[in-house]
Amino acid sequence: MSDAPDSPTPEHAGSHVPSGTPVSVDAPQFQVAARHPRRTEGVVALAFVVALVSFAAFGGAYWQNANNYLLGITLGVALAAFGFGLVSWGKYLMPRGPFEEPRPQMATTEREREEFVGDFATRGKIAIERRGVLAKLMGAAGAVLGVVALFPLVRSLGPKPDSSMYHTTWRKGARLTAIDGRPVNTDDIDVGGIITVFPENDVGGALSQTVLIRIQATGDVVTGPGKETWGPHGYLAYSKVCTHAGCPVGLYQELTQQLLCPCHQSLFDVETGANPVFGPAPRPLPQLPLYVDSKGFLRAQSDFDEPIGPGFWYRGGSNGSPK
Amino acid sequence: MIDKLFGWIDDRVALSRSGRHLLNKIFPDHWSFMIGEIALYSFIVLLLTGVFLTLYFVPSGSDVIYHGVYSPLKGQTVSEAFNSTVNLSFQVRGGLLMRQMHHWAANIFVGSIVVHMLRVFFTGAFRRPREMNWMLGTTLLILAIFNGFLGYSLPDDLISGTGIRIAFSITESIPFVGTYLGFFLFGGQYPGTAIIPRFFILHVLVLPLVIIGLLAGHLGMLVKHKHAQFRGRGARDDNVVGSPLWPTYAAKAGGFFFLTTGVTALLGAAVQINPIWQYGQYYAYKVSYAVQPDWYMGWLDGALRVMPSWEVHLPGHMIPTVFFPAVLLPGLTFNLIYAWPFIEARLTGDRAEHHLLERPRDQPLRTALGAAVFAFYFTLFGASATDVLANYLSLSLNLVLWSFRVLCIVVPLVVFPVAYKICLELQSTKGAGQRKRHNVVVRSAEGGYATVATPEYPGYIQPELDPVPLDDVDLVSAMARDGDDQADGVYRIPREYR
Repeated sequence: MSDAPDSPTPEHAGSHVPSGTPVSVDAPQFQVAARHPRRTEGVVALAFVVALVSFAAFGGAYWQNANNYLLGITLGVALAAFGFGLVSWGKYLMPRGPFEEPRPQMATTEREREEFVGDFATRGKIAIERRGVLAKLMGAAGAVLGVVALFPLVRSLGPKPDSSMYHTTWRKGARLTAIDGRPVNTDDIDVGGIITVFPENDVGGALSQTVLIRIQATGDVVTGPGKETWGPHGYLAYSKVCTHAGCPVGLYQELTQQLLCPCHQSLFDVETGANPVFGPAPRPLPQLPLYVDSKGFLRAQSDFDEPIGPGFWYRGGSNGSPK
Repeated sequence: MIDKLFGWIDDRVALSRSGRHLLNKIFPDHWSFMIGEIALYSFIVLLLTGVFLTLYFVPSGSDVIYHGVYSPLKGQTVSEAFNSTVNLSFQVRGGLLMRQMHHWAANIFVGSIVVHMLRVFFTGAFRRPREMNWMLGTTLLILAIFNGFLGYSLPDDLISGTGIRIAFSITESIPFVGTYLGFFLFGGQYPGTAIIPRFFILHVLVLPLVIIGLLAGHLGMLVKHKHAQFRGRGARDDNVVGSPLWPTYAAKAGGFFFLTTGVTALLGAAVQINPIWQYGQYYAYKVSYAVQPDWYMGWLDGALRVMPSWEVHLPGHMIPTVFFPAVLLPGLTFNLIYAWPFIEARLTGDRAEHHLLERPRDQPLRTALGAAVFAFYFTLFGASATDVLANYLSLSLNLVLWSFRVLCIVVPLVVFPVAYKICLELQSTKGAGQRKRHNVVVRSAEGGYATVATPEYPGYIQPELDPVPLDDVDLVSAMARDGDDQADGVYRIPREYR
């Protein structure tokens, strides 16, 4: 340690703290805050004893592979008691203060700023501006680096959005297949029944998932013009991906013939083409056109007639025709 | 020995020259300053418990058959992420405790940041020269929310998987770049191929590093500015009044770290959080009822629910409905928070440096505005429970949803004038806010009422003292009295050790 006297730092310069007669440690600010220090000392001591015992108990519990309650409670009590002891010690058994220190204003003086700017600009001018061509070349090289450094972000992280935004794996003739891999026959589901189906080559698919509901025993269900043949034998199939935020529309209420999305409570009316009747969903669930093959198995006439799921910038209007 | 080591180090880095200022650094004594400390300490708990979790967690979406000890799941096909999370909860010693402490600490972390921000806002601590630190803190809040979301998504359970699906939908709703962002983030069309390993490295390395860096800046700026402080006890704009780092705040703040950790451990022990083995593995076609995110995402979930089903259709393009509540709303929110110090400076014309905090009541307009805005987000938070409320209260979902749509507009409009009025009332109450005094309502003989501040609490034996500069404290006599022959005001390392 240097023997030089404590020289005033810039922080002290110009402060308004009265410095003069030294303060004695016998000043009341150095007395403890506790009204009954002996009693407080006892409390702190007790806290540390509890901490000591609990830490040891935690060690024992861990050694013995005790359950989560025992582990957590011994650890928690130990830490809390240790912390309580320390805080109480600091709050009640240390100088109660208040003490103060000066605080410099943040704004610099005009002169300080001029000196800094002067150093920066003058030295910079001498070193850099005299070599203007070099500076520009360096800047150009740096700019190219900055641009190419972004390439991995757009070339490597993933493919560009493709036709999967507009089409699913449903194809003409695809058999409706349950999650266990079995194709669905018209006799498989009773009226009021619902299952999740996939095309046979994409079982479990996140985008091709479809709800299949039987709302009547016989006859075609017609949900709109041009969809006269889409619902054979009382079956209707809709994309299970909510048009709001993409959750699986998993809850079916037979009484009201409504599908409910459990995430944000959009309600879709099954009989009228899964039109949204409540909640934040803006569009109907796309309907999958069905037909029944000669053996009674349900198959898709085609893919959904519009992009499934939530909207996106390039979706292109309400009918969602691909770009 | 320690003297010798200290002397050796001190000769090389001049520890005692800067160290003395550090020891004497003054912290104001006010409870509201501890809220930010809770955030700091729960972040440390997150780092410690998080390192433990990485030793056992497998960040992979590959399928495995569950063969662990939890019998309901035995034989099921699950992802390695889910499998390893269940195994570290049940088969690693202390694993469940560490996992639950980690999750609780995350909730406390974000919560204490929010409360800390409210304290800073309502006391005007964001004013010059602290505008940059306010913005830094806002960035920390955003990062904390993001990292919390990434973290609870990692176990690949049914509830968090649904959250990831919603996150993808929100991403693709952004005009122009949304679908590209979604594909690049997920490695392709939903569900992508890489989401768990990518979320993992973001969660355990990238975002924590950024948070640590910004936190260092946040605290560095705090040291540079020194704490703002409330009026009273000789506090002025050009000083800091309180207790020194050594030893008072070393004990208080150090102890508070253990208290925070202890409470987190007790929560991790006794209050179950995110029992993923009950939710099961995430499959895109499965969903569960009453799906709610962690609390700090609740306002966004609520906004998604109350937003009417409006879409904007343009030729060949569209702006999906989720864009407004889930992209535009948070964008506006955080930009407003960033800009507030400058907006207020422009409105009031006050561009001076301020180190003395304001009581919320003394700035009724700011307080009422802040309360109204906060009430709006709190209502949105409540709206994330529409389904649970409808179920619990046996009301129709329709009624509950419409109530929240109305409340989102009405609650802020009611809160604003009420908060404003409360501020004015408090201002006009004599003696309110002064320490150790009670107000007594006195009825006069004529039947009128008056509020009278009582004299200072008679039993309080230690009256308020004036602050003393610590640098001027005379330690000479104290050390001499203790028989320390080297006492000359500064503790010295004897020459012979050098």
